Formats: sequence, structure tokens, C-alpha cells
Amino acid sequence: MSNWALIIYCGLITYLTRFSMIALIKKEMFNDRVRQVLSYVPSAIFPAIIFPAIFLDSSGSILIEDNPKILAALIATLIGIFSRSIIATIFSGLASYWFLIFVV
Amino acid sequence: MKNNLNVFLKGIVDVSPLMIPVVPFGLIFGVLAIDVGFSPLETMGMSLIVFGGASQIVLLQLFSGGASSLVIISSVGAVNSRHLLYGAVVSEHLSDLRLIWKIIISYFLIDQAYAISNEYLKKNKDKNRYFHLVGAGATCWVIWQSTTFLGIILGAAIPEKLGLSFAVPLTFLALLVNDFRKLINVIVIIVSGLVATVGYNYIPFKAYAIVAGLTGLLVAMILTKMVKTNE
Repeated sequence: MSNWALIIYCGLITYLTRFSMIALIKKEMFNDRVRQVLSYVPSAIFPAIIFPAIFLDSSGSILIEDNPKILAALIATLIGIFSRSIIATIFSGLASYWFLIFVV
Repeated sequence: MKNNLNVFLKGIVDVSPLMIPVVPFGLIFGVLAIDVGFSPLETMGMSLIVFGGASQIVLLQLFSGGASSLVIISSVGAVNSRHLLYGAVVSEHLSDLRLIWKIIISYFLIDQAYAISNEYLKKNKDKNRYFHLVGAGATCWVIWQSTTFLGIILGAAIPEKLGLSFAVPLTFLALLVNDFRKLINVIVIIVSGLVATVGYNYIPFKAYAIVAGLTGLLVAMILTKMVKTNE
């Protein structure tokens, strides 16, 4: 598949989700149980992007020792827990990562 | 009743604080897309056609890992499935909207826009209240397109050893800040993360994101059920 076809399909599926959410989906269609489980979708899917990007090196092997990303991500998580701020989480993580690779 | 322009402007003002984290997100996307091998035109096209931060970053991440198109598209679908929940909440405020407006507004319906407009729609029953959503959505659109563009330009100037790709997991981590204090969420996060990391090399077709997501959701189903029966 060409890059453009890939982009268009990804755009289509994103658009259709948004369209169906305002045009097709009604409150009555989901019972409390389904809604409750759907509320866990971010917690279930985002770590699949987060963890490999932190714990795997560029060749795809697990890298625990000598990996500044782990400590930086931990600091960002702690800052996130206390501040509940998206921007503070991102910048504290980047700042500690740079501190660890350039200063320490 | 306020006129359309005023409601539109109110949407812009209300959504503005939420645009602060979107700026680095857009920049990072632009820089990474070029880094991963998309042309500047394709990168800009992605922001124009997809217009969704999480979808676009997932696309890049899996593309750079060599996943097949089918896996990339279904992973983008999985990431978007969280919107179905919001649909159940938002649709009741938009039910009397004409179809043509639903078609147009759908394009602008990103997290930040409806998060802020949902509050307005709840309190306001004027006929032109939807202009709030259009104002908020248009603001996000302008910020997202311009920061993507800047990222494309800056990409060449940013040294690789800065490790800006680390901003991707950080951005997604930041989207979970409200879930870190809830035990079930934390368990789901760790299970999904471990499945993805360990399965990265073993799950065929690079479908690790989907497998990890479904495992996490299954754990959430079991745990919420257990909590309920204990009550």
C-alpha cells in the first residue's frame, strides 16, 4: 500500500469514528457496563505505545540497564500524579532525560 | 441569544488553554514524520486528512517498526475506539443538528474541542450553540496544522542526539495523568505495557498494540466485575 493510501485509510477510520459518535451512537445503545469498560480503553491501549518506546532499544531488544528513559519516564509519571498536568508531565520527562544523557 | 460570531469566539477563548500541550505535540509529530521517512507533503497531508494527534503518532510508531498497513489501520481504529464512549455523552446535545452540519463538525471533533464544548452545550440551549464547537475545533485545527508545518521545517535543524522521539511515550503518558491514581487503571496500564514490550518481537504482524490493548481491556472487565461482586 502506498503511503498516501495508508494516510487516507487512517483518516477515514478516524473520521468515521467521530461521525458515528455524533450521528449514529445514542446514549441508550450502551448500558452502564459497556460504558464502564470503554472508559478503560485509554489505559489499555496507550501503554502499548508507551512501554516499548521506553524499554526497547532501536533493534527491538529489551534494555533495562543503562537506559535513562526508564528513570526519566518514572519522574514524568510522578510529576503527572501530583500535578495532573499534561504539559508538566511531558516537559519534566524531557528535561530529566536531557539531564541524564547530557549532564550525568 | 448571542450572535453566531460571539458564540464562535467564545469557543476559541474557551479552548485556548488546552492548546498549550498541543503545540509541542504537533511539533514532535512534524519532526518525527520526516525522521521516519514520510515526505513533507505526506506529513502535511496526514495532519490535514487524519487531524488527530493520537491516530497520527500511532501511525508513525507502527510504520517505523515495519508493521503492515492492515495492522496500522486497525491499530488506529483501536486507538479511536475510545471516542465511541464520548459519542454516547455528546450525541444527545447534537441530536437536532442537520446532517450536513454533523458531517462537517465530525471532522473537527477532536478531544480538546468536545471536552470544552460539551460543558458549554450542557448549559446552553440556544439554537446557534454549535458555533462554540466549530470555534473550538477550528482553533485546534489552526494550531495543529501550523505546528506540524513548523515541525517539518525544524526537523532538519534538530540534532538526532536530542532524542526527541522520547517525547512520543511521554505524550501518551501525559494523556493518562488522570488514571494514575486509580488502582484498576494502574493494573491495566502495567499489564498492557508488559504484553506490548514482551510481545513486540513475538506477536506476528507487529500486532502487539492490538493484542496488548485487548488484553488490557479484558483485565479491566474482570477487575471491574470483581469489584462489583465484592460490594
